[in-house]
Amino acid sequence: MTQPKPFWNPYVAGIALGLVVLVSFFITGKGLGASGAFKHLGAAVLHQASPTWAEENKNIGDYFVPGHSPLDDWIVFLVVGVAIGGVVGSVTAGRFRRETIRGPRIGRDSRLVLALLGGIIGGVGAQFARGCTSGQAITGGAQLALGSWIFIFAAFGGAYALAYVVRKQWI
Amino acid sequence: MEAPLVLSTNIGHPAQMVVALVVGGAFGLVLERAGFGRADNIAATFYGRDFRMMRVMFAAVMTSMLGVYLLDLTGVMPVGNIGLLPTFVLPALVGGALVGTGMVVGGYCPGTSVVATMSGKLDGLFYIVGLCLGTVLFTVSYDWFAAFHGSTAMGRVLLHEYFGLPSAVMVMLVALFAVGALWAVGRIEALVRARSHLDPLGAQDTPATQETAR
Repeated sequence: MTQPKPFWNPYVAGIALGLVVLVSFFITGKGLGASGAFKHLGAAVLHQASPTWAEENKNIGDYFVPGHSPLDDWIVFLVVGVAIGGVVGSVTAGRFRRETIRGPRIGRDSRLVLALLGGIIGGVGAQFARGCTSGQAITGGAQLALGSWIFIFAAFGGAYALAYVVRKQWI
Repeated sequence: MEAPLVLSTNIGHPAQMVVALVVGGAFGLVLERAGFGRADNIAATFYGRDFRMMRVMFAAVMTSMLGVYLLDLTGVMPVGNIGLLPTFVLPALVGGALVGTGMVVGGYCPGTSVVATMSGKLDGLFYIVGLCLGTVLFTVSYDWFAAFHGSTAMGRVLLHEYFGLPSAVMVMLVALFAVGALWAVGRIEALVRARSHLDPLGAQDTPATQETAR
């Protein structure tokens, strides 16, 4: 079995990521994002279930323009790109492997329950904050947007505050 | 001619979607190479063992910030031309804390969970399912959250405007903060590794495989 390639030096990876954001600003005037794509996906599903209700909902109502799918949006294509980049990256580095990442003191099922729970919490949080680590912290942080820097400190604060409680999951 | 290019050139909707795919592809590839297709590389930052995640994030924000303000000061791309994010103080605070909580509980944030899932990680897929549930939950209960979600709005305010400083000074202060923070976490990392008798190997460059017991 061949060893997977090593990860990039974190500063090299960070500079590369920053340049991706900069190129995105330069061409499109927009930065990165991720949670927005799931908002559009959720909106499309809710619209299928009840068009009138979805169009009147104040969180997603703007997404519905006659003759235009809520999925035909920049952020959705961006995240499809992230998925392609992710699979190309993991396969070419020899890191693609079906597994569940967990610490030594937690079972697979408990880890998956926590992953689901973390996703729910992160999903609600990204809606409150109007963005996640990509859209708020990196994109808005680079712009020096005040709210994005509040987000950055709050995110690290929230994570460190809860770290002790879920330590058995990781260490 | 001022950037961004969408302002001065005729890039239609399909071409913009192609750009989004390419930018997203580069984003996903870099996240994978950074090690964020694995939750342990992300969570390690919260236990002082390996601050890789913070290093990548701060280096990314600093690189992009320096580029944005260099292009602004040279007039190539006035910062007002890009989509600046509006500030809502309390929603950013609460939402940020929840995204951070989700990161230590779930091991990912929305972007990295996509990369993890596409690297074969089942926990990444479970995070995405939760992410969809949480997003829909918020939308369905929006009547309860709407007032708070729109509260403490300050508009598109930037740090240097808020503090009344020239942008170049603010950029330097933020860069100094980032360098100082990364220096400090490097010291913490050295202490934690020494104390926990962890292999002093460059966990920087090798995935900490925690599948097996220590």
